[in-house]
Amino acid sequence: MRMIQKIGEWLDLRLQLGRPIRETAEHPVPRETASWFYVFGSAALTCFMLQIVTGILLALIYVPSAGEAWNSLQTLNHDISLGWFIRALHGWGSNFMVAIVLIHMVQVFLFGAYKFPRELTWVVGVLLLLVTLGMAFTGQIMRFDQDAYWGLGIGASIASRVPVIGPWAVNLMLGGPIIAGATLSRFFALHVFVVPGLLIAFVGIHLLMVLKLGINEWPMPGRIVRRATYMQEYRELTHKQGIPFVPNAVGKDIVFSGFILLAIAACAIYFGPFGPGGKPDPTIIQTAPRPDFFFLWLYALLSFLPPSAETPILLIGPAIGIIVLLALPFLAGEGEKSWKRRPIAVLTILLIAVALGTMTHLGQHTPWSPVMDAWSSEPIPSQYVHGRTALERRGALVFQAKQCHNCHSLDERGGQRGPALDTVALRLTEDQLIRQVIQGGGNMPAYGKNLSPAETTALVAFLETLRPANQAPARDASRSVALGTGESATRP
Amino acid sequence: MSEQQGMSRRTMLVKVGIVLNGIVGAALAVPILRFLLSPVTREKKFGYESWLSLGGLEQFPAGQTRLATYRNPVVNSWDGETGDIACWVRNVDDQTFQVFAINCAHLGCPVRWFPQSSLFMCPCHGGAYYQDGSRASGPPERGLFQYKHKLEDGKIFIKAGEMPTPGRTANTKRGGMTCA
Repeated sequence: MRMIQKIGEWLDLRLQLGRPIRETAEHPVPRETASWFYVFGSAALTCFMLQIVTGILLALIYVPSAGEAWNSLQTLNHDISLGWFIRALHGWGSNFMVAIVLIHMVQVFLFGAYKFPRELTWVVGVLLLLVTLGMAFTGQIMRFDQDAYWGLGIGASIASRVPVIGPWAVNLMLGGPIIAGATLSRFFALHVFVVPGLLIAFVGIHLLMVLKLGINEWPMPGRIVRRATYMQEYRELTHKQGIPFVPNAVGKDIVFSGFILLAIAACAIYFGPFGPGGKPDPTIIQTAPRPDFFFLWLYALLSFLPPSAETPILLIGPAIGIIVLLALPFLAGEGEKSWKRRPIAVLTILLIAVALGTMTHLGQHTPWSPVMDAWSSEPIPSQYVHGRTALERRGALVFQAKQCHNCHSLDERGGQRGPALDTVALRLTEDQLIRQVIQGGGNMPAYGKNLSPAETTALVAFLETLRPANQAPARDASRSVALGTGESATRP
Repeated sequence: MSEQQGMSRRTMLVKVGIVLNGIVGAALAVPILRFLLSPVTREKKFGYESWLSLGGLEQFPAGQTRLATYRNPVVNSWDGETGDIACWVRNVDDQTFQVFAINCAHLGCPVRWFPQSSLFMCPCHGGAYYQDGSRASGPPERGLFQYKHKLEDGKIFIKAGEMPTPGRTANTKRGGMTCA
């Protein structure tokens, strides 16, 4: 023991770091901040450190070459002892890091921590969110599989829509005319040098400001932030009633960080690493590319934007979102901190959470995409062909053979791109069905060129049977009147 | 030498140093920028596109649409399979051909041809195109990208080399407006 103490003293005489470290560790914080609500920032930092360690380990094996990256991931998964586990830790660590950064941000927002004098801390935090998402996106490219390849295609297509410089932006992003070796190399450079460098710098500034300005006090309803008086009030909270950060407040941070590391390891062991999926061979087109979990909401949004508004929304929307986040502390730098007195703040969080949750759910199920194999894998339910005429059954065959089932469901099976057709005969008259099939419309392609008159007749005869047994099909009343026949003409 | 003179000499030296470093920095910025922008300048100088054979016409029977692949003209040895690009060749009547890019005109995902319904469908966001490449439904704003093509010596050649994207339409014709 004495030896260690002597070495310590020898080092401290030269480094002179002991005192500043002790002072930093023991700096007073408001009593109520030793709370389970204040653990997310340190947990995010813990995740980041795990990512650095596992990332360096992966870089020992990974080959950032378009021709070899996929093979080197297979080697990591199967040939290197516990390579799969390191990959799984890195993948799950990234998911946890994004999630915890978002939770941290929500907590900071609801606790009013962005208000005076911590505006810049919030601004740097927004930048940290952006670089974290940048790490997540570039990391997804490192897993150089089909999803990564076509994800780059989506990125290039978005970049190309920037007015004037779009085509240049694509060349710069891809490092050449197509997605290839140069593309992976530059995203590798971003993922392991540029973005982590920014992340480390921003974390440093963020932490420095937390220390200089002090952790946000627990918000009390009615305790209003005023620029003139806040510093004095905070000093009283910390110096008169405060507690030292170490050891009184740090315990919960350490326990929660340990719990998060345990959860990441558990997910890594139980679920294993992410992919890689199919080889990044663009001639294999039997693929349905999909982004990682945290970008599924964006993937869903891209299918719902109307074509005319898509480019402006794609290009201007993110800029507006970022500007709003950056401007928040300057627009609401004073006033009430407690979420109990800030209903709009709470509603905003709920609205964003519900919207992102819904979009993510849709992104997992992609109801807007045709089910490419429904025409050959989902039979027509037997009740829809039982006891039908030959013409109607012929129509059912046309329905399958012309792949109507890919977009229209029957008995909840098949595509959801178009409306379910189980009761279509109640909604559309025979004439309307013929018109819809031949001319399309309302986002349905026209099949006039692709169906013979006999096929159309059979298909519409089949569609006319799609209604509950005891309900009459939709009919054009005026037509019966004009022809002088039919029920409606004779009805009183 | 008075102290004031010494100070001014020292500040003078700092100023000279700053100016010197500024000049060197600016001089170094030029090659760095040129290096970074090389994918753009390379295209402006030489272009990325050239005429490539997709193979003999016998592979593309009349009235059918078939997948063809080619090796991108600009590749590096480490590009691996990413240098192989696919496209759809439609032989209308042995005289008229259309060659469509594999990339959806919406966001670049690979479209698939379904001869049964005579439609190209995209797996990403549900875009659909008619057999002549014109837009049928979904989010795309336009028809499929088409490569310039020519028939020579019983082979079909296309002018290709760049990934077609919605903003880079100069070298790709718009999809046909009429149903053929």
